[in-house]
Amino acid sequence: MTTTESGRGSYLMQGWLVIVLAAMCGGSLAAIELWLKPKIENNKQQETLARIPALVPGAVSEDGVAFPTANGVVYRAQNGSEVLGWVLLGKGNGFADNLEILIGVDRDNQRVLGMYVLAQKETPGLGDFIQTDPAFAQQFQGLQAPIGVHKAPATGNTIQALTGATISSQSVADIVNATVAGFDPQSLPQTPGVP
Amino acid sequence: MPDQPTAGERFLRGIIPENPTFRQLLGLCPTLAVTNSMAGAITMGVATGVVMVCSNVLVSLIRGFLQPHLRILVFTLTIATFVTMVHRLLAAYMYDMSKTLGPYIPLIIVNCVIISRAEICASKQSPAIAAADGVGMGLGITLGLSAIAVVREILGTGGLFGFTLLPGWPGWTIMILPPGAFFTLGLLLGVVNWYSERRSLAKKGSE
Repeated sequence: MTTTESGRGSYLMQGWLVIVLAAMCGGSLAAIELWLKPKIENNKQQETLARIPALVPGAVSEDGVAFPTANGVVYRAQNGSEVLGWVLLGKGNGFADNLEILIGVDRDNQRVLGMYVLAQKETPGLGDFIQTDPAFAQQFQGLQAPIGVHKAPATGNTIQALTGATISSQSVADIVNATVAGFDPQSLPQTPGVP
Repeated sequence: MPDQPTAGERFLRGIIPENPTFRQLLGLCPTLAVTNSMAGAITMGVATGVVMVCSNVLVSLIRGFLQPHLRILVFTLTIATFVTMVHRLLAAYMYDMSKTLGPYIPLIIVNCVIISRAEICASKQSPAIAAADGVGMGLGITLGLSAIAVVREILGTGGLFGFTLLPGWPGWTIMILPPGAFFTLGLLLGVVNWYSERRSLAKKGSE
């Protein structure tokens, strides 16, 4: 069947540019990825390390030690060799999109020492105050999980929700509670490292 | 080809007379999405411009081999490659900005300004002219996005680039929310059209 053969041949003749170009593009993207991936991973890790002193008072960024866990990396916050607490990464649903939250807890995971929203896409001007309003984050300091959410000024083991952003505030509290409950300093692997 | 514009004409047209934002009304999705801050708008404009210059030059280099029915495939492949490169470079060297812009950098792939330049200019003219066209259009986009962002950021936050300009300004939150993008784009488009109509009337009058 000469028609089929010439048909195939002509497809290749027409499509060679697409095939060659796709191979070249794929190759150059692979090269870029090999070159930049360590740097991008490092950026993410540095972002967490830089927050350690704010999340666990007294700890030093450079002394942080990473431990792999089933829920991601956990950092041991230290000053020199003295262990001051832990920095946990919590993830969950916010109002608009997924939230990523860093939580500082004390050595025995009894109290929350600090909270920082690492990634959020909540409503600008309302929900994004979970990240940009320091007063909101400060409410978490010293509380014990599970932390409740009030619309009125907070009393006891609760925080006051942001005006117009009750769901965002509740999401942050839920993620903090779930992350703290799911963390046990005793069950960490013996050897530090990043998975 | 008869009467194709020169490199200089291509460059200048992109900035004002054929401005992608205010004249061609192309690529409005990123225009509306990232213009609530000047820093985001400029990064977006420059990223789009860089992709456009690269894809224009590559498409122009291979324009002799393009099959008419496969050309869109080749354009998309070229653009997607350069956008992915820019996306990774931003994540490596401008990490915070890359987080702020989120999905809108990868979405440059489907920005119709870029594919339209490949079709209109790069697939017909030399690499030098295609590059000039890319730079001009890139500047045009950056200018268009900045014009919207400067209004939205000042009215929305009372500052620019994160610095406070109007102390005590209450901050019109709606300007940094999506409706602010539509209001600003609409009003600026009105101003541009009013001005160009006045100019063309004045021209007619003087003839």
